[in-house]
Amino acid sequence: MAEGMTGLVHKYLRHEKKFPHIWCPGCGNGIVLGSLIRAIDRLGLDKDKVALVSGIGCSGRMTTYADFNTLHTPHGRALTYATGLKLAREDLTVIVIMGDGDATAIGGNHYIHAARRNVDMTAIIVNNQVYGMTGGQYSPTTPYGARTTTTPYGMVEHAFDISALAVAADASYVARCTVYHAALLDQLIEAAIRKRGFSSVEVLSNCHTQFGRRNKMASPVKMLEWFKENAVRMHATSKMKPEELEGKFIIGVLADSERPSYNEEYERVRERATGNGNVPKPPARCEG
Amino acid sequence: MSGWSKEGKVQLLQGNEALAEGALAAGCRFFAGYPITPASEIAEHMALKLPAAGGTFIQMEDEIASMGAVIGASLAGVKAMTATSGPGFSLMQENIGFACMAETPCVIVDVMRGGPSTGLPTLASQGDVMQARWGTHGDHPVIVLAVSSVKDCFEIAVFAFNLAEKYRVPVIILSDEVVAHTRETFVAPPRDQIEIVDRVKPTVPPEWYRPYEDTGTGVPPMAAFGDGYRHHVTGLTHDERGFPTQRSDEIDALMRRLFRKITQGFHEIQRVEGFMLEDAEVAVIAYGSVARSARRAVTEAREHGVRAGLLQLVTLFPFPRRHVEKVLKMCRAVLVPELNIGQISREVKRVQRGTSRVETLNRIDGRLITPREISDCLIKMYY
Repeated sequence: MAEGMTGLVHKYLRHEKKFPHIWCPGCGNGIVLGSLIRAIDRLGLDKDKVALVSGIGCSGRMTTYADFNTLHTPHGRALTYATGLKLAREDLTVIVIMGDGDATAIGGNHYIHAARRNVDMTAIIVNNQVYGMTGGQYSPTTPYGARTTTTPYGMVEHAFDISALAVAADASYVARCTVYHAALLDQLIEAAIRKRGFSSVEVLSNCHTQFGRRNKMASPVKMLEWFKENAVRMHATSKMKPEELEGKFIIGVLADSERPSYNEEYERVRERATGNGNVPKPPARCEG
Repeated sequence: MSGWSKEGKVQLLQGNEALAEGALAAGCRFFAGYPITPASEIAEHMALKLPAAGGTFIQMEDEIASMGAVIGASLAGVKAMTATSGPGFSLMQENIGFACMAETPCVIVDVMRGGPSTGLPTLASQGDVMQARWGTHGDHPVIVLAVSSVKDCFEIAVFAFNLAEKYRVPVIILSDEVVAHTRETFVAPPRDQIEIVDRVKPTVPPEWYRPYEDTGTGVPPMAAFGDGYRHHVTGLTHDERGFPTQRSDEIDALMRRLFRKITQGFHEIQRVEGFMLEDAEVAVIAYGSVARSARRAVTEAREHGVRAGLLQLVTLFPFPRRHVEKVLKMCRAVLVPELNIGQISREVKRVQRGTSRVETLNRIDGRLITPREISDCLIKMYY
């Protein structure tokens, strides 16, 4: 196992001058990057044909370390750059790494529309429930009541459910996991990349430095135990009452459907524009 | 099928359509935008023409996203453009800065309307000149071009793409509501007469490739994502390999190269047009739709015995200082009419250094400056 891991590190991480990385010891970002690399390796993707796009924050630095075509965009905008990349060059496998602030605060609108539009790409949201890099301010996913540097008296806003947002926007594939469940995470990321259309994998991750320390979980182990004890597999939720699910993290595949990706739809537009395709009928008028 | 059309055929086009045609002729194959008056026809024309040309049109959720998608497409090796007006241009500034920093060629059209804020959506203005120059944060050079006619719209669109590709920079085209919606006859030039510049690609093996290497021109060759030259692109200040740096020697080298590559190209970037300047004693310096009035005004003033001339600025930034200085030296007085309270006139005064008198004529009521208003000024200045 250890040798296999080392081999993957050498194969997929950049060798030149980019280490040591900036993440705190025990940070969940490493687990997510590990899972991503294992998934890409299992899929047998050509490194030259993978584009890894990130936003701003600790998770955003993942692109610096991984040896693909990497793009580190302004805060919240990763999905918009990724959309341009994928539409201009369809042979690229486009994977987007964002944090919770990236995807649901400053980039929330982009996230909703990327899901709706169904461009063929994968979004991985590292949800550590806090702005870690800037010093531990609250994010749209900080739990109610939690202490952060900008909620010194407790969080009074209610948290966004990132994955529910993606399901509502009709993303083709939506999954949630935690960094404690690394083996499951490998599988979910692999399935998400394989998926045609927009796929979203939310990963609950630990920021013991900025979040845990202020919320009685001042070590990676304590935070991973929190994930372990409160995670519920999707298939187990049907037997549970809503009150039993209070404060739990539902993990696994939350939505999985088939519909043509934007790329496929646009290919039809090109055919119609050159006179080779059928123009679709307008939507049927409501009767009565 | 070329996507752009009808070489040699006489067409009646509005500025916005001609701009889109020029972009297609220049090889633009990606457009992302968001509806806004008075720029929407550019998006509509691209939506119509790009698919058949093998390109892609997408309407994004806002102008921030449009600019992001344009940069993404350009990094994938495709010539890309967006078009907007003042409010949307403000939203694009963040990502325009990324294009400056990551040296990503692209073209941004701002069809100016009255501002600030929602302002006057259907009336012309030249209020965004300084936003085009300084809109994004941080120290940066920028190329800004102004159009004044339908023919200009086509030609300047081609010129803008050529400069963007050659210098690896975002190029901003300033149009305005009047140029955008005025219809004029237009004959597309034969395709072999249109000079098209494509970005230089690396020829070294991938392991030697340094995406932000200094070269004689200051412009490093640019590999597209997916071409086998895996590299890192970031908005952070970076070293020659593209990786974030905090080393002062690397920071300084990058910043100075970003400026130097533009400075070295002044001779071809700075484009102006002279009209009756040879013996002029008073001159107008104008751009955009105002330059149209100015041209007529100069002719009218000549009829009154005034030795008047016009220097029309096509390139607003980098400010064509040498051309302006020449006019300031040869003329007693210079008039700078603008549809703002004085943005380019400040630049003219900045290079004036006592050589001649600089007068301004400003309208900020959504109406055009008429030839008569300009010629009256010229006559007063002359006698």
